[in-house]
Amino acid sequence: MTGYLLRRSVGAILVMWAVATLVFFMLRAVPGDPIAAMLFDVGDADAIAALKAKLGLDQPVYVQYVKWFLLVLQGDLGNSIYGSRIEVSRIVMEALPRTLSLASLAFVIAIVIAVPAGLISAIRKHSALDNMVTVFAFLGLAMPDFWLGIMLIIIFAANLHWLPAIGYAPLSQGFWPWFSHLILPAIAVGTPFAAIIARMIRSSMLEVLNSDYINVANAKGLKKLRVILVHAFPNALIPVVTVMGIAIALLMAGAVVVENVFAIKGLGRVLIEGILNRDYPVVQGAILVVSTIFVFANLAVDVLYTVIDPRIRYDS
Amino acid sequence: MTDFVHSTPGGDSAREDLQRPSALRQWMSYMRRDKKALFGLIVLGVLIFSAVFAHWLSPYDPNAMDFSMMLKPSLQHPLGTDDLGRDLLSRLLHGTQISLFVGISTVILGMSAGVTLGVVAGYFGKWVDTIIMRYVDLQWAFPNFIIAVYLVAVFGTGLANVIIAISLAYIDDFARVARGMVLTIKQEQYIAAAHTLGASDNRVMWRHILPNAMAPIIVQATVSVSYAILAEAGLSFLGLGVGSDTPTWGLILADSRSFISRAWWLGVFPGLFIMITVLSINFLGDALRDMLDVREVTDAH
Repeated sequence: MTGYLLRRSVGAILVMWAVATLVFFMLRAVPGDPIAAMLFDVGDADAIAALKAKLGLDQPVYVQYVKWFLLVLQGDLGNSIYGSRIEVSRIVMEALPRTLSLASLAFVIAIVIAVPAGLISAIRKHSALDNMVTVFAFLGLAMPDFWLGIMLIIIFAANLHWLPAIGYAPLSQGFWPWFSHLILPAIAVGTPFAAIIARMIRSSMLEVLNSDYINVANAKGLKKLRVILVHAFPNALIPVVTVMGIAIALLMAGAVVVENVFAIKGLGRVLIEGILNRDYPVVQGAILVVSTIFVFANLAVDVLYTVIDPRIRYDS
Repeated sequence: MTDFVHSTPGGDSAREDLQRPSALRQWMSYMRRDKKALFGLIVLGVLIFSAVFAHWLSPYDPNAMDFSMMLKPSLQHPLGTDDLGRDLLSRLLHGTQISLFVGISTVILGMSAGVTLGVVAGYFGKWVDTIIMRYVDLQWAFPNFIIAVYLVAVFGTGLANVIIAISLAYIDDFARVARGMVLTIKQEQYIAAAHTLGASDNRVMWRHILPNAMAPIIVQATVSVSYAILAEAGLSFLGLGVGSDTPTWGLILADSRSFISRAWWLGVFPGLFIMITVLSINFLGDALRDMLDVREVTDAH
């Protein structure tokens, strides 16, 4: 197990390095040189040359790369090129808890909806409830999350006035302000995720419920609920956990868009504003942090997988 | 839904073999049984028709502004008008063109590139496989949408750039499916036979292996069209799309944000267009998966 963990961690770090390198070179290899274009807005030729020298852009690309990379390793992501030129690491660290709050709440909501829905529709196959779950799952997958967000604002904020339409309140201001700002975006982000999980739980439960050991458990006269929850459900979870990595990616991608609907200044909002302002240090920084979350979420899922399924041993 | 079988029932005489229903007939009988697939097919047909004939079907010029601003849906304006007096139905019909065009063209491009990489990696194995798959795995770790957002950030907005960005984001999905199939098919006897008969690598890859690997690739392509449509709408919504003078579903939705509390139709209808399109393509994808007997492809991003 330790060997496996070590190998996977080294792999994750290599992936991070590859991503950082790709991000760095892609922004510089593109025709039209976005960095020059961005500096163009600033002033005349002398000013551009001066600024290029100041930012180290007059040096060869590989020198820039090494310098940049060494700084990134120290947590220095450069400065925003706008306004008071705030450090990118500060912008990103302020945004990170918002995105994580949103993604985690979306995750919790999705699981709370999807697990019972999937279980019920597997146990009562082809019942009205099962059909309803199926319809909702199809709709949930087809609905753009940002549109769902807008619909929720129209209903719960603009018309019913139950919840704030936009913005974010940190948890330090109390649970309700935090929760009331996040619940609508979290539903918008969590819905497609819930649809996928519910469908997966349904199909894997159906498979497990057909297996011999479940027949034996039933034949022994165990209570039905016990068979379902204790015998069948844990095994039905295994295929669900395997797609968890993809699912987390989906949650993060959803958060990036939905933050823009609800004006929550999380990583997604920072990223998109950075792109629209052509603030490349910010774009780079946001992408790096988002990537780090994916890579380590995937790592965590792989580890969880070995814990949940003792048949799997990675020590070969 | 899954009880459809390709084999002929009972008997082994040549006569019965002759009576085996044609592919078209099998397909039609399948469609009759699977209501979801039929729904998908009809809706998609209507959408393609309205995309092609949007210019003639639209009651108004999609960009014509006048003083009939923020009108509720009515007989004159079936889906209402926006803040500049533009007819929403006309704009959404024109948006269908962009959505379907982006959806289909990105998948054709992404599929061509991804399948080529996957087939080459699976066929040659060894270091070729290692190099290609290292890259594919790297891309696989990231959601397609985030990749597309980043690529648009690098290339800039506009129709061509959006298409390139989304198709590049899908390469890994197709490469993995194609490679998986090639690894299985490579072991078949008829491939060994083809090699023995002196067929070149190229011929074996594209004439012998690829046609037999198509079923899961087709299913993947169908699913990807709906994700690509969602991705384009998302990019447009974020202001990273085709451009501000082209009415796309995502952009119409983004423009409507400031008015949704006063004009619900501006928020509701563009999303309904996206949802129904994606839904009908997903239904077709599920039907194809059943018909071609493809095991569930794990694709969720």
